[in-house]
Amino acid sequence: MALEEIVSLMHGFSVALTPFNLALMFIGILLGVIIGVLPGLGGANGVAILLPLTFTMPPTSAIILLSCIYWGALFGGAITSILFNIPGEPWSVATTFDGHPMAQKGRADEALTAAFTSSFVGAFVAVILITFLAPLVAKLALKFGPAEFFAVFFLTFASFIGMGKGSPWKTLASMCLGFALGSVGLDKMTGTLRMTFGHEELLKGFDFLIAVIGLFGIGEILSSMESGLKFQGAQAKIRFDAVLKTWRKLLGYWATSIRSCIIGCWMGITPGGATPASFMSYGIAKRFSKNGDNFGKGEIEGVIAPETAAHAAGTSALLPMLTLGIPGSPTAAVLLGGLMIWGLQPGPMLFVEQKDFVWGLIASMYLGNIAGLIVVLTCVPLFAAILRVPFSIIAPVILVICAVGAYTVANAMFDVWLMLVFGVMGYAFQKLGYPLAPLVLAIVLGDKAEEGFRQALLGSQGGLGIFFSNPLVASIMGLGLILLFWPLLVAMKGRLGASAPASLATAAVGAATGSVAAPPPAIASPSPPAVHTPAVLAVPLIKPQQSEAASPMAERIRVLERENDDIRTRLKKAGIDPSLGTDTDEARRLQRLELENVWLKKLLAEAVLAGKS
Amino acid sequence: MSTRTKLLHAGGAAVAVTLALTGPVHAQAWEPTKPINFVIPAGTGGGADQMARFLQGVITKNSLMKQPLIVVNKGGGAGAEGFLEIKGKSGDPHHIIITLSNLFTTPLGTGVPFKWQDLTPVAMLALDQFVLWVNEEAPYKTAKEYIEAVKAGDDKKFKMGGTGSKQEDQIITVALEKLTAPKKMTYVPYGGGGAVATQLVGKHVDSSVNNPIEAVSNWKAGKLRPLCLFDGKRSVYTAKVTATMAWSDIPTCKEVGVNTEYQMLRGIFMSPGVKPEHVAYYVDLFKKAMATADWKRFMEDGAFNQTFMAGPEFTKWVEVNDKLHYDLMKEAGFLAPGK
Repeated sequence: MALEEIVSLMHGFSVALTPFNLALMFIGILLGVIIGVLPGLGGANGVAILLPLTFTMPPTSAIILLSCIYWGALFGGAITSILFNIPGEPWSVATTFDGHPMAQKGRADEALTAAFTSSFVGAFVAVILITFLAPLVAKLALKFGPAEFFAVFFLTFASFIGMGKGSPWKTLASMCLGFALGSVGLDKMTGTLRMTFGHEELLKGFDFLIAVIGLFGIGEILSSMESGLKFQGAQAKIRFDAVLKTWRKLLGYWATSIRSCIIGCWMGITPGGATPASFMSYGIAKRFSKNGDNFGKGEIEGVIAPETAAHAAGTSALLPMLTLGIPGSPTAAVLLGGLMIWGLQPGPMLFVEQKDFVWGLIASMYLGNIAGLIVVLTCVPLFAAILRVPFSIIAPVILVICAVGAYTVANAMFDVWLMLVFGVMGYAFQKLGYPLAPLVLAIVLGDKAEEGFRQALLGSQGGLGIFFSNPLVASIMGLGLILLFWPLLVAMKGRLGASAPASLATAAVGAATGSVAAPPPAIASPSPPAVHTPAVLAVPLIKPQQSEAASPMAERIRVLERENDDIRTRLKKAGIDPSLGTDTDEARRLQRLELENVWLKKLLAEAVLAGKS
Repeated sequence: MSTRTKLLHAGGAAVAVTLALTGPVHAQAWEPTKPINFVIPAGTGGGADQMARFLQGVITKNSLMKQPLIVVNKGGGAGAEGFLEIKGKSGDPHHIIITLSNLFTTPLGTGVPFKWQDLTPVAMLALDQFVLWVNEEAPYKTAKEYIEAVKAGDDKKFKMGGTGSKQEDQIITVALEKLTAPKKMTYVPYGGGGAVATQLVGKHVDSSVNNPIEAVSNWKAGKLRPLCLFDGKRSVYTAKVTATMAWSDIPTCKEVGVNTEYQMLRGIFMSPGVKPEHVAYYVDLFKKAMATADWKRFMEDGAFNQTFMAGPEFTKWVEVNDKLHYDLMKEAGFLAPGK
């Protein structure tokens, strides 16, 4: 069985490995990276524009060129996410959470290397999966009905819930606003318009890209302007050995990589897609990481997890496209159109009728990814150097790119204004401490989740039992529920164990967070470090027997202190006395942190007092 | 390098096309003076999208036009987004749109301020067929058995999957329900025809009325079974698709006692207020495209009904079908308030 696939694959390599095809591969990757860097242009538009050029080529060469543009665009999307906080594609959003803070700290090269390498690993694992499991995988995708689709989206939301850094109510508010925005336009279930209030511009709803370009890109420029018209990554050094150094670091995160690969492949096969995969992987990595509290501040693991999963999913999603004829993404849809022009009918018979083509494509996935990695990694110092360009020059350029990107989505000027509105909203959100991620997640996945939910209920005539009607959907829903109530479960476990002296949970969590010995009364309902509990769940945590050492706030204070120390040392190294005023961004940041620190300590003291009385 | 230049050229052209509102118009033998904006009032991957992108391919490959043809998806509001854009380009002959039944159903069902008279009809390229499909493992072999099974089952137990809501698939479903009365089916709307076919293969719905091209691959693979064709006469394509059957072997629904007919327009319209020579140019262009071998193969793959119409004949057809859709949708209770 496996032997047969290897023989086919070797045949595929012989098809793909001609000088002409290899040249096309590199051209495709380069074009793709350029397309990926321009938000709004995106893979789908790029492929659509170039599609006519490929009609004169043999189908295999054409698909190699087009799929390499696709890979290139995937790699390119990470560049703007990390450098400018502008995700070009939905699945790059999670990459900005830690990638951009890393760039701000002058570690853009590390973040880029981590992103590129992770994408490669994710895609490569997925290609191997496609090679050997194609028929099996196609069968699994067929098991997905509306209820299963909803379960996957539910799982994504659930695994993401612990991500809000501020008030859980703010997270909830942000997410609900996202759902509301996502529901504008045509209600697909009833075929009627909703929330358009008679405005023709609102017919098509709020496009994800416009929201994201505004919220992240424009919002970022506004905050940079406020903090003194300069990028904090300006001091980025150009280190040519960054790639090797980062690779050494990456080896330490093998567990995260493997977990993200599994999440990604699974989400790609069950046609959940790359976007839920990246968010889910990020949320879960945050929860299980030792440095969970540092997520969102420039933790390399926070780049590895979403990138690996997104690309594993993006690649394995090509399989349903080929075997079932369902495009997993707009880009895939355009590729499908291409297949038809070459006289290829996507579907179950493609593997039987067009062996040359299919295996040539699969071989080009291996080669294209390797070519892509080489191209982008050699450019890392170049990309990182962009941040050295003065803000006064780069900001207008970014603004123009954002505006063009927003315009390109639907060739409508209205979208450019909308982007600016979203930009101001993004800035306000940042100022008021409302998280953007839940808003974006809800815009992207809200309507799909709604669709799955309502389709399932139509089928079951209103019975909720459909979500637990077979082992597949029941286990996904179960997993989602567990993740959703994880903080509560841990808290309950802690309470149950509280009667026993020195409960195991306390000890374990205490050890994991590296806390000093918890002072009495240490009867803990500890929460794992990565979890920021929603308020309803958080309330019991600040109850009487709260262990000071293990409470989320105490943990956060420790992190702040560690960071303060870190900044002080770095300032000293740079020859700056932190007490000397507020000239540098770091000094300003330190001040802010210290203020926050004092305030948090006060809060904690009050909470402990309230508990004791 | 040359590819990149072309990319930039095409990208710039896309912007230019929508920015400029009027172009110079020559009296005779008019030709486009700037890139053509080809709008698809539907999302990517569906039947209209496939056909438009295929046409773009054929026109580019055979150099049938000097200016580039730029295809844009504007599927928001069940296609209203695309129709309203073309409606707003009055007098500019550089904007064309491919239509499907949503030309009629969208204004009737959603109440957006648009009617087909707001566009200039150019030509009917083909009519898309509808076939009643069930899973290959389903017990019923004919449309008659299928109808009997729905009748014998519980009310609303039978699930019909289709594309969109209050659109052609649901209209056909309502028509079928006349035969299954008093039993109703549950219509489950999905985003696209490909998804519907896959859901049927996975047995998440009991039947579909997919267009041939959406389901043909699964038919070839022995996953789906066609029961009948919603047309007055059988398909003209006699080449074997599966080991035993050709498109022409599928009985019409009428033959098996299911008296429902429905076909979907695949036509081209352009902005309002254009001159006859503009229309003539596009009629000629598409005639040339339809003469290619590529197009003939595309027609056969999708088992299209190859009816070409232009001029007053086409306008008349559109008029009659608009009325037909109004009646069908009124009967089904799909009309938006005030329609």
